[in-house]
Amino acid sequence: MSGRKQKAHIKLTLNGEPAEVAFAPHKTLLEVLREDLGLMGTKHGCELGECGTCAVLVDGRSILSCLMLGLDAEGREVETIEGMATAEGLHPLQETFADLGAAQCGYCTPGFLLVAKELLKTNAEPSRDEIKEALSGNLCRCTGYLKIYEAVELAAAKMRGEEAEAVKETIYGYE
Amino acid sequence: MIDEPRIHDYGDGANVHKKVSLEFGDMGEGFKEADLIREDILFYEGNTHLPMEQHAAVAHFDADHKLTLWSATQTPHYVHRALAKTLELPASHIRVIATPNGGGFGGKSDPFNHEIIVSKLSMMTGRPVKVTLTREEVFYCHRGRHPVLMKIRTGVKKDGAITAMDFQSFLDGGAYGSYGVASTFYTGALQTVTYNVPRYKFRGLRAFTNKPPCGPKRGHGTPQPRFALEVHLDKIAEELKLDPAEMRLKHLVQPFSVTANYLRIGSMGLGKCIEKVVEGSEWKKKFSNWDRENRKLPEGKGVGLACSSYICGAGLPIYWNNMPHSGVQLRLDRQGGVCVQCGSTDIGQGSDSILAYIVAEILGIDPFDIRVITADTDLTPVDLGSYSSRVTLMTGNAAIQAAERARELLTMAVAEKLSVPIENLSFADRRVFDVENPETGVTFAEAVVLAESKFGTIGTVGSYTPPRSPGRYKGAGVGPSPAYSYSAAVAEVDVDASTGIVTVERIWIGHDIGQSINPALVMGQVEGSVYMGLGEALMEEMTYRANRNVVHKFPSLLEYKSPTTLEMCDVVTYLIEDRDPNGPFGAKEVGQGPLLPVMPAIANAVYDAVGVRIDEVPITPEKVLTALRDKAKGREARFGPKRVPDVEWPQPLKVLTPAEGGDGKEMPRVAVHS
Amino acid sequence: MMRLPKFTYRVPRTVADAVKMMSDAGAEGQFVAGGTDLYPNMKRRQQTPKTVISVTRLKELNQIAGDGRSGLRIGASVSLTDICEHMLINRDYPFVAQAARTISTPILRNMGTIGGNLLLDTRCNYYDQNYEWRKGINFCLKKDGEVCWVAPGSRKCWAVQSSDLVPLMVAVGAKLKLVSTLGERVVDAAGLYNDDGIDYLRKRPNELLTEIQLPPRNGWRATYKKLRRRGAFDFPVLGVAARLDLSDDGTVKDAKLILGGIAPAPVEVKEAEQALIGAPLDEERMQAAAESCYMKARPLDNTDFLMNWRKQMARPYVLRALQELREQ
Ligand SMILES: Cc1cc2nc3c(=O)[nH]c(=O)nc-3n(C[C@H](O)[C@H](O)[C@H](O)COP(=O)(O)OP(=O)(O)OC[C@H]3O[C@@H](n4cnc5c(N)ncnc54)[C@H](O)[C@@H]3O)c2cc1C
Ligand code: SF4
Ligand code: FES
Ligand code: FES
Repeated sequence: MSGRKQKAHIKLTLNGEPAEVAFAPHKTLLEVLREDLGLMGTKHGCELGECGTCAVLVDGRSILSCLMLGLDAEGREVETIEGMATAEGLHPLQETFADLGAAQCGYCTPGFLLVAKELLKTNAEPSRDEIKEALSGNLCRCTGYLKIYEAVELAAAKMRGEEAEAVKETIYGYE
Repeated sequence: MIDEPRIHDYGDGANVHKKVSLEFGDMGEGFKEADLIREDILFYEGNTHLPMEQHAAVAHFDADHKLTLWSATQTPHYVHRALAKTLELPASHIRVIATPNGGGFGGKSDPFNHEIIVSKLSMMTGRPVKVTLTREEVFYCHRGRHPVLMKIRTGVKKDGAITAMDFQSFLDGGAYGSYGVASTFYTGALQTVTYNVPRYKFRGLRAFTNKPPCGPKRGHGTPQPRFALEVHLDKIAEELKLDPAEMRLKHLVQPFSVTANYLRIGSMGLGKCIEKVVEGSEWKKKFSNWDRENRKLPEGKGVGLACSSYICGAGLPIYWNNMPHSGVQLRLDRQGGVCVQCGSTDIGQGSDSILAYIVAEILGIDPFDIRVITADTDLTPVDLGSYSSRVTLMTGNAAIQAAERARELLTMAVAEKLSVPIENLSFADRRVFDVENPETGVTFAEAVVLAESKFGTIGTVGSYTPPRSPGRYKGAGVGPSPAYSYSAAVAEVDVDASTGIVTVERIWIGHDIGQSINPALVMGQVEGSVYMGLGEALMEEMTYRANRNVVHKFPSLLEYKSPTTLEMCDVVTYLIEDRDPNGPFGAKEVGQGPLLPVMPAIANAVYDAVGVRIDEVPITPEKVLTALRDKAKGREARFGPKRVPDVEWPQPLKVLTPAEGGDGKEMPRVAVHS
Repeated sequence: MMRLPKFTYRVPRTVADAVKMMSDAGAEGQFVAGGTDLYPNMKRRQQTPKTVISVTRLKELNQIAGDGRSGLRIGASVSLTDICEHMLINRDYPFVAQAARTISTPILRNMGTIGGNLLLDTRCNYYDQNYEWRKGINFCLKKDGEVCWVAPGSRKCWAVQSSDLVPLMVAVGAKLKLVSTLGERVVDAAGLYNDDGIDYLRKRPNELLTEIQLPPRNGWRATYKKLRRRGAFDFPVLGVAARLDLSDDGTVKDAKLILGGIAPAPVEVKEAEQALIGAPLDEERMQAAAESCYMKARPLDNTDFLMNWRKQMARPYVLRALQELREQ
């Protein structure tokens, strides 16, 4: 088939490891990740930049993979949700998201986790308002966001090396 | 009317899908007893579920001529039935697997065209076929909240006691039926389960229109009438100069009673919910008490209160049958692991984990020892699906039965081995032991080996069928439930009088969960419900261009406004645990109920803040500003519908209430004259 | 999955190459920066260039130079996030960072550029729809059709100028540098926008925007107020950019009031400016200016919210902008 000839071929760093991939040149990074690299952890809700579900990190910055060409990933560092846990285990954000119920259906979660990771890299102790602002480009229909803020705060505290636990009201409500 | 062409071959008339008319008790008498009769007309705009995941399905028709469908569905069992019917394949050759679901909220509970299409295409090609809907197509699938116009007329005594209530609802159904008959009944069913309503009349009509079909969205058919009822009660409280919280508290429905429309109430924690939110929100220090001159909060700030209730599972399945609503199968393995299989579908509410907790609790093992296999029509016994807040209660009870049966087998084997009386054995910490002599015991894994040696492979099943409802009249099928959850909410808002923009600052919500099985999941459902309610209250709507081109105005995630982190309010949650005898360990629902009080609480708070009634959801700045201008000009300080259509209602089906000595059956027609 | 149509993608490293590639591509070519406007449009088949030429790897377009005293030059490919966070911009032109922070979402601002923002396609909710939807209504004037559904009697397209930075750039008197194979020219931001939803830029398609030049900050102050439904994602349905030059005694020496989000081009409200100039900035004058803006604002029914309400919002939003400038 003639399709083969038209394929683009790029090298990139994918979740910390060198990777190569061939794909139809007009594909977005979202499509390349899911369809050509088999990394289905990156989700999508609109493919038009209107929801933040497809966020991944490129050179440490969050981007909408539905609006970035796969070709533009050439030579760059791409981090998807699949790269968030390491040999040592889950990322602290992943742990607190799970513990506090910051993921319900989990569909928006990869995007939230990566954007939260980006936030904590530059701001180790974000205020509630800074968290809200940083996550304002990610829609979630399940959680109402509150558990997500709490999970980010708890993970931030843990990453600062503090002995932190979820406040009781987070899990049991108020007396 | 008579000559109009019919839109569908089903339904009650030309463009009428369903017309209902029910009357419980002597309405004339009821209104005669009243000190005040008030009538209000309200409108609730339609909105949609907007799950973040677009619907998707993959079908594979294999060389054995068996079909497997993987689909993002909430109801694999109903999809299974629909496929067998439409594809004319034996049901036994079809397997439906519900994939992990990226949000449902009711929007993935009808069998869909695309599920049938991929299956058929795979049958034709012999290849796997996949469809993922675009966001635009998700809007057209819809099955979301019906736009409902409502008229409510209530008679009350001076202290707010209701003497009679007459409710009419007009549902814009969209182009097809979906679960619209149930939706129609639901707009009239649950008005009676919060406050005592001794006589009740309901008339409802669902019309077909050329729009995407409406159906079940979180709260199925009940948020609209709940909005109307709670705003209406607020207005009644004002006329009677009563505190709206106290007025409600005084007339709560009795626990373990039967309502005028024959719904059997179980545990009822609404009183505690109201008390908690009133106290937590410092209601008494904030509420204007209908005295605009001597307000406690500054002008523009206000508080509002509303309550609600929701079913814990529908009493009847979607198709008529006498089989259980939920089945659970357990397999115990020699290593001490337990496999739970159930047809239930996790759509993010955490229903898979509920099965694990419940089985672990009964068998005295850790939830992590349990594997859960769900939502696969080949592997799991039927559960009707994730809708009507039925899953925890129904699968939970089925799981208890299956686990207790397994425990019985283990108990017998261990009792024999240890020579301990059966009633002395207890299951905890992965051990089976003598309560009087705790060192005497075996590990859970050893217990399984003993039982397997004695009885053969250990597998048990459990199932659940809801209790029969006392209602026997035609239409009594919608509304009955094994239990009812209760919620109360106070909203605090800020209204900018120069723009009409409403900001919800905080919501205090109390929810009667019966018993929380995993409080973190319960909290998540409460907060998620408040979120969705906030969106419905302020900005979400399905709107169409009616004038020139009949299209959905903006089928996109950008223009259908779902609140972001920056609109979400603070939420203070109180979990009230009033155990219900019908719930597993006393548990009731939480997935849908806490959404219901949010919209009316906000509407009531807007009134408290600026003195205008917005009798229509969503409460947009345009509506608020229009009402404020009208108020300034001395016109009615209200935005909302003014009339309902003239409808020829059928003769009501009359039922004597329990208090009138009724037996739940309709009265013979001949005796009716109204 | 909404997918892009097929196209050829080119990534020049110099401005000279970029404009050369564009002239080779001819009418079928289009520049792309962050792609946050172009790619959604391509997915919806509103724009279908055959050759797409990226401007993100052009060094000159990625620099920020100068300061408040000499004026600031911002490369067209600088991302909106960098605009929001840039030290000099926050110090000397804080209103630019403030306006940029209101654009869409943090993630989108990591991709979107200032250049792309200033050249954003006009918007209309009869136009920003999938191909199938537009086909369903028989398309419209702006693309593939014969009627304007917003104003069926009109031969003009009323799609809305929806960039948050455009009104501000016009208000502060920014200049834009455009380069093509024919050479370069510098134009006033005010002169770039045309009151026609289809032909909305007074710029040849083959001209590359390389630089945005902000004038020195000698005394004037400016701000931007945005009306939208949600605090993130949403385009402006009314934007108010205001610049004031006050003398020491508080008299308004010069004023600019520009409304965005209500017409195909930013709207300068001369009557409002006249109401302010030559007098102190008192409540009465501000009310008068707000009233003139209200009179001048004539939004149509093609964005979020009811058009009447958007018009009415001109008063409080202009007032808020002026009140803020008085306090600054
Ligand atoms: C969901 C969503 C919400 C948005 N919300 C807002 C908002 O609130 N406010 C707002 O202002 N914008 C908003 N935008 C629009 C847009 O994303 C931003 O304005 C962004 O800054 C555009 O920049 P870009 O670099 O991505 O543009 P591109 O898409 O790369 O380009 C936009 C246009 O400019 C042309 N172009 C780009 N660079 C050059 C150049 N150097 N020379 C010549 N032509 C060039 C392109 O050909 C194209 O026509 C939103 C977009 C989306 C998808
Ligand atoms: S203003 Fe008219 S012509 Fe322009 S995009 Fe909208 S409908 Fe089309
Ligand atoms: S999929 Fe919605 S922003 Fe990319
Ligand atoms: S957890 Fe379901 S969308 Fe966020």
